[in-house]
Amino acid sequence: MYTEKVMDHFTNPRNVGEIENPNGVGEVGNASCGDIMKIFLKVEDNIIKDVKFKTFGCGAAIATSSMVTELAIGKTIDEALVLTNQAVAEALDGLPPAKMHCSNLAADALHEAIKDYKAKNS
Amino acid sequence: MKQIYLDNNATTAVKPEVLDAMLPYFREQFGNPSSVHWAGRMVSGAIEKAREQVAELLNCSPAEIIFVSCGSEGDNFAIKGTAEALRHKGNHIITTTVEHPAVLETCEYLEKNGFEVTYLPVDKDGMLDLTQLEAAITDKTILISVMWANNETGNLFPIDAIGEIAGRHKVRFHTDAVQAVGKVPVDVQAAKVDMLVLSGHKIGAPKGVGALYLRRGTRMIRFMHGGHQERNRRAGTHNVAGIVGLGVACELARLNQEKDYAYVRRLRDKLEQGILSTVPDVKLNGHPNPDLRLPNTLNVSFNFIEGESLLLFFDMKGIAASSGSACTSGSLEPSHVMRAMGVDIVLAHSSVRFSFSADNTEEEVDYILAELPPIVQRLRDMSPLYHRQEPTPLHCDECRMVHKAS
Repeated sequence: MYTEKVMDHFTNPRNVGEIENPNGVGEVGNASCGDIMKIFLKVEDNIIKDVKFKTFGCGAAIATSSMVTELAIGKTIDEALVLTNQAVAEALDGLPPAKMHCSNLAADALHEAIKDYKAKNS
Repeated sequence: MKQIYLDNNATTAVKPEVLDAMLPYFREQFGNPSSVHWAGRMVSGAIEKAREQVAELLNCSPAEIIFVSCGSEGDNFAIKGTAEALRHKGNHIITTTVEHPAVLETCEYLEKNGFEVTYLPVDKDGMLDLTQLEAAITDKTILISVMWANNETGNLFPIDAIGEIAGRHKVRFHTDAVQAVGKVPVDVQAAKVDMLVLSGHKIGAPKGVGALYLRRGTRMIRFMHGGHQERNRRAGTHNVAGIVGLGVACELARLNQEKDYAYVRRLRDKLEQGILSTVPDVKLNGHPNPDLRLPNTLNVSFNFIEGESLLLFFDMKGIAASSGSACTSGSLEPSHVMRAMGVDIVLAHSSVRFSFSADNTEEEVDYILAELPPIVQRLRDMSPLYHRQEPTPLHCDECRMVHKAS
């Protein structure tokens, strides 16, 4: 049911973990749906230098988290803010329709982390 | 890669003896048992032989067995057929919150058509309070429907005691015994049930066949209209090969159940004790007394991890199991059984069910016990809930809206 790319990111997730002293943290999701994603950011000169994630969730939740970190690294925060959940799903060659609601929140988590960064640095 | 199948409550492989017995009924003996000619006559005996084999396993008369297409059909037939036949007597049905959807959704359908349904709660171990059950009976109660064994936890319900209560109040008693038949002794006389449903593919027969035991003299409305098959009780050309297979599977269950499930129980207990003693933060779901569960079922929650991720990692090691998480249930919420037992929402998403058959081996259990702890640890290290200080966000407004809309 999952594409090869989803399975690759699920079995070998990129950038798992936490950043020590991050300058932005975002969390979305809830236990009721069964998906919680947390993103940690290191931003320097408005550029995302490092991203890490921790996710409680299904295969799609972990794969989208991993993919969003890959897509975000090296981008300016404004570029990262226009990344959508849809773009993350497309970068994984798509997700099963049932997974589009709960498990495809990784871009939202990234946006929350950027908001947190902006709030702390304004 | 190894292939270890531990999802036998979902379905089982067809037993070789069953398949051998079925094969002649596809090519050589293909007739319609309702036909008068040689081709029909050739197979009608086979249907009656299978009926005897099923009846012998359940300790009833062959005339009390109606062949159906699956367990869900049997449950629909029993409940809707009773509701319609006894509508003049009353409109109240008693069931439990942990039934299979074939029972729950049938009851919900009847609620929309003027029936009232009491859904009995279960305690944290998944057990019923029989005083509560008896107190729920009114003069309008026409049916009590309680499963013999729960498919997720394996919990065995006190069917004999419920049969006694139903009998004393003269209320009809139906049990969905799909998970129990073939794994534990099932005797419809001793248990005083009026209707019992079993499914072929859970006991080594193929998918697409099941049976309904209907106690002689039990008034029912026909469920499937058409031909005169099954003494006018269930129309539709007989699934001859499937029915023959079901008969042989029931005979094998009668002969081997005690020996096979003593063996299965040892494997299940070894896996259960192995997991509980080596993996921290694990919760057993179901009754803590293993005698009160099916001998083949183990349901455990690995805290901080979502069930589908675990199943995918198990699958990569060749281990097939199932989960009560929302992602695997096909809905937006985790298992209704876990919810009914008051299991914490994270733990409900973390539940994994291992269900054995006599084809499993001790070597397979050792393999799982070796492979499982590192997988669990890897996913926990990835989880924001593991070693979490702040409270876990619990609710989802969007989900609630989705539920309202549907």
